[in-house]
Amino acid sequence: MNETDKIIEVRHLSKSFSGKKVLEDINLYIRRGEFLTLLGPSGCGKTTMLRMIAGFLQPDEGSILLEGKELAGTPPHLRPLNTVFQRYALFPHLDVYDNIAFGLKLKKTPQEEIDKRVRRVLKLVSMSDYEDRDVETLSGGQQQRIAIARAIVNQPKVLLLDEPLAALDLKMRKDMQIELKEMHKKLGITFIYVTHDQEEALTLSDTIVVMNEGRIQQIGTPTDIYNEPVNSFVADFIGESNILNGTMICDRKVSFIGHDFDCVDEGFGEDNPVDVVVRPEDIYFVDKEKAQFSAKVKSCVFKGVHYEMFVDTDTGNELMIQDYDAFQPGTEVWLRIEPDDIQVMRKERTQNTFDGEVIDNETVRFLGGDFKCDASAYSSGDKVKVEVPFDKVDLLDNEEEGESYGNVIFILYKGDHYHLTIATPEGEKVWVDTNDIWDKNDQVGIHILPEDIHLRKAEGNE
Amino acid sequence: MSKRSSWALPYFIFLVLFVVMPLVLIVVYSFQDASGHFTFSNITKFFMDKDSLSTFALSIEVAIENTALCILIGYPAAYILADKSLNRSAVTVVLFIMPMWVNALMRTLATAELFNMAGITLGKGTLLFGMCYDYLPFMIYPIYNVLNKMDKSYAEAAEDLGAKPLEVFTKVTLPLSMPGVASGILMVFMPTVSTFAISEFLTNNKIKLFGTIIQENINNSMWNYGAALSLIMLIIIAITTVLQGKDNSEAAAGGAI
Repeated sequence: MNETDKIIEVRHLSKSFSGKKVLEDINLYIRRGEFLTLLGPSGCGKTTMLRMIAGFLQPDEGSILLEGKELAGTPPHLRPLNTVFQRYALFPHLDVYDNIAFGLKLKKTPQEEIDKRVRRVLKLVSMSDYEDRDVETLSGGQQQRIAIARAIVNQPKVLLLDEPLAALDLKMRKDMQIELKEMHKKLGITFIYVTHDQEEALTLSDTIVVMNEGRIQQIGTPTDIYNEPVNSFVADFIGESNILNGTMICDRKVSFIGHDFDCVDEGFGEDNPVDVVVRPEDIYFVDKEKAQFSAKVKSCVFKGVHYEMFVDTDTGNELMIQDYDAFQPGTEVWLRIEPDDIQVMRKERTQNTFDGEVIDNETVRFLGGDFKCDASAYSSGDKVKVEVPFDKVDLLDNEEEGESYGNVIFILYKGDHYHLTIATPEGEKVWVDTNDIWDKNDQVGIHILPEDIHLRKAEGNE
Repeated sequence: MSKRSSWALPYFIFLVLFVVMPLVLIVVYSFQDASGHFTFSNITKFFMDKDSLSTFALSIEVAIENTALCILIGYPAAYILADKSLNRSAVTVVLFIMPMWVNALMRTLATAELFNMAGITLGKGTLLFGMCYDYLPFMIYPIYNVLNKMDKSYAEAAEDLGAKPLEVFTKVTLPLSMPGVASGILMVFMPTVSTFAISEFLTNNKIKLFGTIIQENINNSMWNYGAALSLIMLIIIAITTVLQGKDNSEAAAGGAI
């Protein structure tokens, strides 16, 4: 790609707030004229990144380049960028005209020029004749338009939008999405858009950057991200999906929910555990002779355009299916999944690994607690790696009863069990496979049986 | 009377006894002579008496000066207190507000003693010092309140649109904090007009303010003239309040304590 096509380049960007990493080694470039969306759940670092590009925050490490020039150290008022704020931040003491003209007046633009440009942007956001209105008398959608007008009237090189539609109701949001897209086409300015709404991101963007916990998970076009998520987080966050444990038998053949399927993925090795994603609209009801497996319908809900059904397969896995036809609960159905619709992903991890310290023959300290296990092969004070399979971690209602404790921060349903992410108070993560139902933010005790704890000498340990 | 509105009865009685009745008495006394006959002479006496008028003018002048002084000192103080990067602790705010917890009379007496000890002649300078010291918290607090609650994104938006730090202040922060300043003015200007203790102690009665002559008249059992002067002051306070209310209808909502 041509270097001059990159308008913004982010290199090794990191940021912490009071010791907590919110962004870690972010690398990214943004093409001139592109509509790029930073997408992720709240707290993933997307707003922090936008604020660093705008200049309200300074990076701890790394750099942000605008057209090849370092931006760090340039205060926000000297950056050729403008921001549309989440709650608009229109100046309540100024009317619509003065709000929009604010930036131009500061630059000592001649009055006729200001008039002309204010009128032009008002027309662009379909708010002509509102010039003399008090901003506080405008509706949310109208304030939004004025906020956009106030930013683009300065003809910035890049327009930054921080969840600009979050405060609008659904209908209004849909209309504004279309208008934003049109505006982007007309203006030809680069847009950097921050949102937690995956549908908004899919509708608007040329490129989506999916973020979680301060890291970029995937960068791609909306179709790439939807059809080929690289990990279970992206698959779960973008759209509805069935995420299942599977085994790659060989190239183009994968086994999950107890059946073997043809697929189009290669290069995952043989007999390797993988995650498999199947979108609910990609499971088809077929005749018995064409079917790959059978299932029993558990529930069926009308969703406006389609029906959403949950079925139990013949091998006891739960699948979500969306279809235009309804099948009543209790019905026996025959199902088929096409090779193209199966997305195979490498497992991010196959077991828990912790740093631990041997206390005595039968005690190892890790996750901030003392766990009993056979440590006779080590002497006290040894640093060890502790390995625990996902399904061998017991979660307890009473956090006092476990050797350690934590909060449930992420829940993923995998067809026949839940895959939970638990964060301990020290910020360590424990992954747990369980059939029990927990809620997000539940406080749980962590208990592991001695025979399920495997120790390995830590590297670099004499 | 429904059950719930009967709860208001004690308050109603209180208001009648301690707010309405005294006001009515002031009005009645203002229009009576010493023997209880109806007269306008108390009011006309004030407007004919050169001394009363000049005392009144001086009171207004001192009040304006004091208010201006309080804004000049109080605004920057409030700004610093509300700026999270300059002031990280709520304790400093309390330190600024704490003088309000001590009786004003005691503070004034103490201040007068300090001036005597330092050998400073009591006069208008000491009067303004004392007033400013007494009323400053009433100016700082409403301004601090408005600045503290102000959405930071306004200042950021201004900066984003190209405003230098000073322009951010003059074009956005200052205009948006005016409701707080208005509340502060209301709380400083009006009590200053009617004060008498501060002028008595801090000038040794060399400077007489409007409050002083009301107090003197009433102390000398000239109830009717004293009441008339009080009425005039009440009307002036009412007018300034109404004017300010019109000027800035949102002032109270954002700025009042």
